[in-house]
Amino acid sequence: MGVLLESLLPDASALALPARREAAAALLRDGLPLGREEAWKYTSLRALDQRRYVAGDPQAATRSVDAAAFDLPGIDGPRLVFVNGVFQAAASDRPEVAGLDLLALSEHPGALSGLLEDSAAGARADAFVRLNTALVADGAYVRVAAGVQVAAPLHLVFIGAPADADLAWQARLRIELGTGAALRVVEHHLGSGAHRHLGNLVSDSRLADGARLELLQLQDVPETSVLVRRSTFRLERDARLVATTLEAGAQLARHEFRVHLAGRGARFESRGVFVLHGRQHADTRLDVWHEARDTACDVAWRGVADERARGVFHGAITIQPGADGADATLTNKNLLLSPQAEIDSQPVLEIHADEVKAAHGATVGQLDEHALFYLRTRGIAPDAARRILVAAFCSAMLDELAPAALRERLDGLLADRLPSAMESQP
Amino acid sequence: MLSIDNLHVRIAGKEILKGLSLEVKAGELHALMGPNGAGKSTLGHVLAGREGYEVTAGSIEYDGQDLLALAPEERAAAGVFLAFQYPVEIPGVNNTYFLRAALNAQRRQRGEEELDSMQFLKKVREKLAVLHLKDELLHRAVNAGFSGGEKKRNEIFQMALLEPKLAILDETDSGLDIDAMKLVADGVNAMRDASRAFLVITHYQRLLDYIVPDFVHVLAEGRIVESGDKTLAQELEQHGYGWVAQRHIPGAAAAGAA
Repeated sequence: MGVLLESLLPDASALALPARREAAAALLRDGLPLGREEAWKYTSLRALDQRRYVAGDPQAATRSVDAAAFDLPGIDGPRLVFVNGVFQAAASDRPEVAGLDLLALSEHPGALSGLLEDSAAGARADAFVRLNTALVADGAYVRVAAGVQVAAPLHLVFIGAPADADLAWQARLRIELGTGAALRVVEHHLGSGAHRHLGNLVSDSRLADGARLELLQLQDVPETSVLVRRSTFRLERDARLVATTLEAGAQLARHEFRVHLAGRGARFESRGVFVLHGRQHADTRLDVWHEARDTACDVAWRGVADERARGVFHGAITIQPGADGADATLTNKNLLLSPQAEIDSQPVLEIHADEVKAAHGATVGQLDEHALFYLRTRGIAPDAARRILVAAFCSAMLDELAPAALRERLDGLLADRLPSAMESQP
Repeated sequence: MLSIDNLHVRIAGKEILKGLSLEVKAGELHALMGPNGAGKSTLGHVLAGREGYEVTAGSIEYDGQDLLALAPEERAAAGVFLAFQYPVEIPGVNNTYFLRAALNAQRRQRGEEELDSMQFLKKVREKLAVLHLKDELLHRAVNAGFSGGEKKRNEIFQMALLEPKLAILDETDSGLDIDAMKLVADGVNAMRDASRAFLVITHYQRLLDYIVPDFVHVLAEGRIVESGDKTLAQELEQHGYGWVAQRHIPGAAAAGAA
């Protein structure tokens, strides 16, 4: 057994709930996926397996965080703040909104154990879901009643704060939208200072008939930390999920994004971008299952890697038997800015139904030399020209984000992450 | 202003320019004509500083400096502008942002104060008015989805805004209808003055009905084989490039006769 599991699960039999004990036992039996598992083909966990962590943060509630670090333009609705995975009421803002329930799971142990029972059945063999199930103590439960369209965006902040030890925190997120309900959510990951924590978030969202979830996932954690996420969504009839995902931080970021288009006419749109430099490693694994007739997905992701960074994008669409009339598009474009950088793009399309429309494509390339020369002939220095071109490449994925001030903030965040000679704006 | 002496240039091992010499003084407009493959665009690219062009002999002096020693952006800041034959599409980069980045980058390099957005927009509006261009051009991405004519107009607009000392137009007239060509000519004519020079590279004489050159040169087989005034362009139009070749290229007359 690796150091990581030894340090986090010294006595699995002492865990309180059967679901936790089962998950821990299975995890200790199977360990982390260190072999040749297809799902971990491009990401080695060997170094992580030998790291020692402290489970949870008993002082989390008293650690002060600066709200200025996570304020976003136009995101002015309710806010739940989790510091090292622990809900902090003082930093949060839970105004009364008709039809919207916002629970911190630490305040509702019954709700938490319900979620654990629920996931124990479905989690199967994934090591990080097991780890989460064994140890999670907090998170958010978000419910929107049928027919309620919540106007104010919900800001979920997961902020890592430096501590005496390297911490491993676990959190759960459950979002339930009733029939015809609508909600905007910003899932925001960042750090309040340098740390080497391991964060592990398991989220599960259920969209009833005609519900609409607009989700912005913004990952900008310190480049010394590790963040593992599994986001699962189940969409019933005519439900719609519109997601924008931005991955900029972390030493190692693993993000599994799983969408079940379970009801007829359900639709999923995804725009995403990762920008990596140094020795960052980001592995995004997006799976979409078309399980009903006339379901649609439209996925476009871009990636940029510089220096010795490594990016992985696995995008798989499965059109199951009976999902006739499905319409699926997946594109993935990537830019390598250095000869030592690497991006692995793996589009997969599996079709088991008739009369479907499906298209996918992936490219990995370099900056366009003609464009670079063109900018230089107009007086723009090579570094600035590169930056202009890369920023444009990325920000194309944010085009539809509103308000403009938010889009500009994120453009700026991406631009800051681009390496080499970040000159002032013109 | 520009003095090209015995320039030899190779691309991928193949010699394209074979001893080209040309003298351009401030206030002059030179037209460089010639058949396809003569090396016209190669000259434009070498002057702008494109990589992959190997200068094996000769020199280019611009404003008392060795032009070949300058990076493309340094040439731009020193006042050299190339209007591309095939302007590059840059999706996602707003035209206004690009122009301001370019203008301020040049001003910075020259030690001049940068323009703030109000000053910049004022200048942009002046130039748009002179060229009868629509505002809409400013809000689009650089050349992205532009028609051929729009791309060329955008080149001329950039030239007007950047106010170079030496402007090189590389077949800016190709693929343009008469109206678009007049607009290009108006843009050039509006900028002609005693301190500025133009090198207009063209395949056809047509553009020179609207932009009257001081000198016309014929480029063939990598060097200038004939120079004259504007009447040379008219003769070329009548007789075709074969006429020049027969008079200047060894072997061409015999080949023509056979």
